[in-house]
Amino acid sequence: MFCGSSKMTADESSFRSTAPWHNLFLRAQLLVRLRAFFQQRGFIEVETPLLSADTVVDCHLDPFAVTAYSDPTKPHVGSTYWLQTSPEFGMKRLLADWIVDADRHCSLPSSLAIFQVTKAFRAAEVGSQHNPEFTMVEWYKQNESYQDAMQFLSQLAEQLLSLGPAQLTSYRKAFQNALGIADVHAASIAELQQAASQRKLDIPESLRTADKDSWLNLLMAMVVEPTLGRTAPTILFDYPASQAALAQLHNDESGTTVAARFELYVQGIELANGYFELLDPEELERRNHTANQIRQSEGRFTLPARSRLIDAMRSGLPSCSGVALGFDRIVMIAAGASKIDQVIPFPWHRA
Amino acid sequence: MASYNTSDFRKGLKVQIDGDPYLMIECNFVKPGKGNALYKCRLRHLLRNTVLDRTYKGGDTLEAADIVEIEAQFLYRQGETFVFMDNESYEQYELSGDQVDDGWKYLKEGMACSMMLFNGNPIAMSPPNHVVLKVEYCEPGAKGNTATNVTKPVKVETGAEFQCPAFINQGELIKIDTRTGEYVERVKE
Repeated sequence: MFCGSSKMTADESSFRSTAPWHNLFLRAQLLVRLRAFFQQRGFIEVETPLLSADTVVDCHLDPFAVTAYSDPTKPHVGSTYWLQTSPEFGMKRLLADWIVDADRHCSLPSSLAIFQVTKAFRAAEVGSQHNPEFTMVEWYKQNESYQDAMQFLSQLAEQLLSLGPAQLTSYRKAFQNALGIADVHAASIAELQQAASQRKLDIPESLRTADKDSWLNLLMAMVVEPTLGRTAPTILFDYPASQAALAQLHNDESGTTVAARFELYVQGIELANGYFELLDPEELERRNHTANQIRQSEGRFTLPARSRLIDAMRSGLPSCSGVALGFDRIVMIAAGASKIDQVIPFPWHRA
Repeated sequence: MASYNTSDFRKGLKVQIDGDPYLMIECNFVKPGKGNALYKCRLRHLLRNTVLDRTYKGGDTLEAADIVEIEAQFLYRQGETFVFMDNESYEQYELSGDQVDDGWKYLKEGMACSMMLFNGNPIAMSPPNHVVLKVEYCEPGAKGNTATNVTKPVKVETGAEFQCPAFINQGELIKIDTRTGEYVERVKE
């Protein structure tokens, strides 16, 4: 015996906002406070293209492709443009441009600090904390150190959320605390698998033969992340070198090569990702090549390895740090919302 | 066989795991900014109602379960075999006693019910929410006792027993809610 299903009825109220108005007012207030924070610290707001011939090459980020047609009778013929997954390329090109002839802008500040509030797009990311179109705040500061960048992020979080300054925890320490793995950077895949089975985690069949990063990601997402930022905001730093993305590598206090990359967590939610930025164009080309190889092995389309960012880095990118912050999630925390739909009026299924 | 990719995963999807049909009742997308996507799913077995928690990695697939609900008529019972007929195609389907489950208590010849077909094969049936059954045997009703909180067991025409108010008599018709197996009211002929 089973219970017969009831037929779905068409939802006639789907024109309405999924976010309550008090959340939309809070969102507007936070945006004002955010802009004031940057302006008070000498940042200028910039705008770079949402739609670009270049795109970030990442194994796990899928950009939307747009055909830039010129003949309206053939809308499928034209070159491919990408909706940005973050404004990183455009903003770094501005930094590189700034130092091309720095002496030309003598009436301007000696070092550049830029921020942007923009839409970013990531295909197929729909969930309680994800919407394929979302609002990203990204900033870069010339000559800012890794440590200073983390302090700055902590201050911004404090300003917006009033939850106090962030605690700094290394990636290694977080795995020690949550899983009892002494040194996650040195750990073998077998040790990670053992930690997962001790936790009785349900392991996807397809992950059983996967590489170390996939196992780290699984443990991160299922065990470590939910514990982060519970008592105070937490900044996790010194990621595995294999997860550097566009961060520089450096040696930590134990002499291990790690990525100068950090992330902000509040109440188990990932809010921001920052780098002490990679400056070497050849290293970026190598990382792009590796990312494309992984994409290909997973049956995903490859992304253009050549880009104007590489040209900009060849010309010279000043030493800088950069951070991307998910603004919708900031509003979620401030509003006490458990779903991103509660802070975006028209999420994906109503867009 | 059709299959669903993780990007198709959503609440309400009917899928097949180890040959059994499941309904996806929850699907949580989890993804560290720079890591691979994971889908934490909760699935309900369409027949046993047991719940299964499974995690999938972006790009994984699940076989689609071809589940169809049809309107049918109960024809007759032969031992432990129950025979139904599809109202549209007139095709006959058989269910075992296990598959009919508690349904046998309500099945009268000619009764309309729904059937679930899984990959074209009948796997379960569902009687209407309310059925009217004739009382075949019970202790005589206490005259004047109209209280509904005093109950007694009553045997109906299908051979099943239900708890009914003490005033019910042999030969009378009673309405039963098939979702709970509870007495609803006495019905006049």
